[in-house]
Amino acid sequence: MNPLEIRGAALRRGGRTLWSGLDLTVHPGELIAVLGPSGSGKTTLLRSILGLERLSEGEIVALGAPVQRAGSRRIGYVPQQRPLPRDTALRGRDLVGLGVDGHRFGFPIPRRGTRKRVDALIDAVGGTAFADRPAGTLSGGEQQRLRVGQALADNPRLLLCDEPLTSLDLANQRAVVTLIDQHRRDAQAGVLLVTHDINPLLGQVDRILYLAHGRFTLGTPDEVLRTEVLTSLYGAPVFVLRAGGRLVVIGAPDAEEAHHHAGDHDHDHDGEGAHA
Amino acid sequence: MSRNDIWNAMFGGLSDYGDILALVANSVWAGAILGLVGGLIGVIVMQRDMAFAVHGISELSFAGAAAALLFGFDVVTGSIIGSIIAAAVIGWLGARARDRNSIIGVLMPFGLGLGILFLSLYNGRSANRFSLLTGQIVSVQSSQLGWLAGISIVVLLGLMLVWRPLRFDSLDPQGAAARGVPVRAVSLLFMLLLGLIVAVAVHIIGALLVMALLVTPAAAAMRVAAGPLAVPLLAALFGVVSAVGGIMLAIAGTLPVSPYITTVSFVIYLVCRGIGARRDRVSRAE
Repeated sequence: MNPLEIRGAALRRGGRTLWSGLDLTVHPGELIAVLGPSGSGKTTLLRSILGLERLSEGEIVALGAPVQRAGSRRIGYVPQQRPLPRDTALRGRDLVGLGVDGHRFGFPIPRRGTRKRVDALIDAVGGTAFADRPAGTLSGGEQQRLRVGQALADNPRLLLCDEPLTSLDLANQRAVVTLIDQHRRDAQAGVLLVTHDINPLLGQVDRILYLAHGRFTLGTPDEVLRTEVLTSLYGAPVFVLRAGGRLVVIGAPDAEEAHHHAGDHDHDHDGEGAHA
Repeated sequence: MSRNDIWNAMFGGLSDYGDILALVANSVWAGAILGLVGGLIGVIVMQRDMAFAVHGISELSFAGAAAALLFGFDVVTGSIIGSIIAAAVIGWLGARARDRNSIIGVLMPFGLGLGILFLSLYNGRSANRFSLLTGQIVSVQSSQLGWLAGISIVVLLGLMLVWRPLRFDSLDPQGAAARGVPVRAVSLLFMLLLGLIVAVAVHIIGALLVMALLVTPAAAAMRVAAGPLAVPLLAALFGVVSAVGGIMLAIAGTLPVSPYITTVSFVIYLVCRGIGARRDRVSRAE
């Protein structure tokens, strides 16, 4: 069974077609990166798979069942890292714990099984050293590792990640990518990962879904990240340069500049064109 | 007022303390239950950043109670109706924090004004008027005390049953929705519970001072703890100590209960802030 099948999907918002005719099958153990300028419906695609938004057309079959209800515990979800306020009443381990029993109704009596599961998840994401500290005092990378732990609570065979690497430094980007990569191999899980920077994923990504200007392109990185492919997708001259094992896209109109406030975060962009 | 008068107002009843305590035992119990539930619900109020909403609901609750006084129906019922209407409006229209604050800012003076209008039209005992704003638990009739305690217990049970999904939604709304928590229903249920407990608090410490039991204890607990059990347990403890301690201090004299409750809860908060700041310094020095 494929973790995810999307057929004939279209998304229209405010009279604008963001994409249409989208067919996408995510195979077990496959990692697909979703790229595209802001407002191209990347996050909405993930939210539709979770049942939190409706497609304008088409259907989604996730883990063998058509998406109907809002939210699913069988699908893992890693949101963009938003630093928690310092005084959040939450320890690092509780961030993981929310994934294990946060959805349960009934009297909140601590159970040994829950604790064990939380410990195992913290161990799996390498968070044992800092899990007992208040979550608000942890670094962005530490928080994000624990969020991955939360998403893996039910050992999901489909993992959706929405900008999981934003505002992380290079070392933490690598650590988070490694965790996601490890899970998809161990659980043969399909992964759909929205990102604005393909570089941290170049070694792991199997295919790329590039959404832009009401159209999309789907293929391997070598097929998609090419000057002529992106130029025809955008309908404007776009250049893909490779240097030192990294990849730079230059001239993409309204690429995600919104994410790039100067000094806001510290990963190593080489100027404005550093993200695909 | 001479020093002697002040002494009498504060401690004049000390010689008969045991008798007075026996008379107000029911009020102490009601205060304890409200303190417990107020501390617990305060944790969620803080996590959802809704302290202002508590204030807004309490003013509408006051208007409801004042209307009940004027038109001669049950005051507790009136305050509950006012609370629930306010909670529903805020819950319905104010999903986002910014919308919420403006809605509350609009509702609050309207509620307070309406309440003052009803009170001015009311010809009954003037003590009743004042007590809705600043509270006087010892003057609440025992039949009403039973009601107030009963409502508090209902809120406590409801809160316990939805505690984890509610906490998940408060701390990580996106994550909670992604994992299938019915966030809309959980939020509205929370507003209902909050409305009920605010109505109870209006009768016990008064509409203007509700925050002392519904916000301050939880805020204090969050300065010194971060665990999912430690914070609510401490908040509940602080709430009970504030409410019961305030009543016990007040009955030693003739002054109203509310200033004692607000002072005790404020002192607890100050101490917790001090401990938290000290701990921060130590951990930074390490």
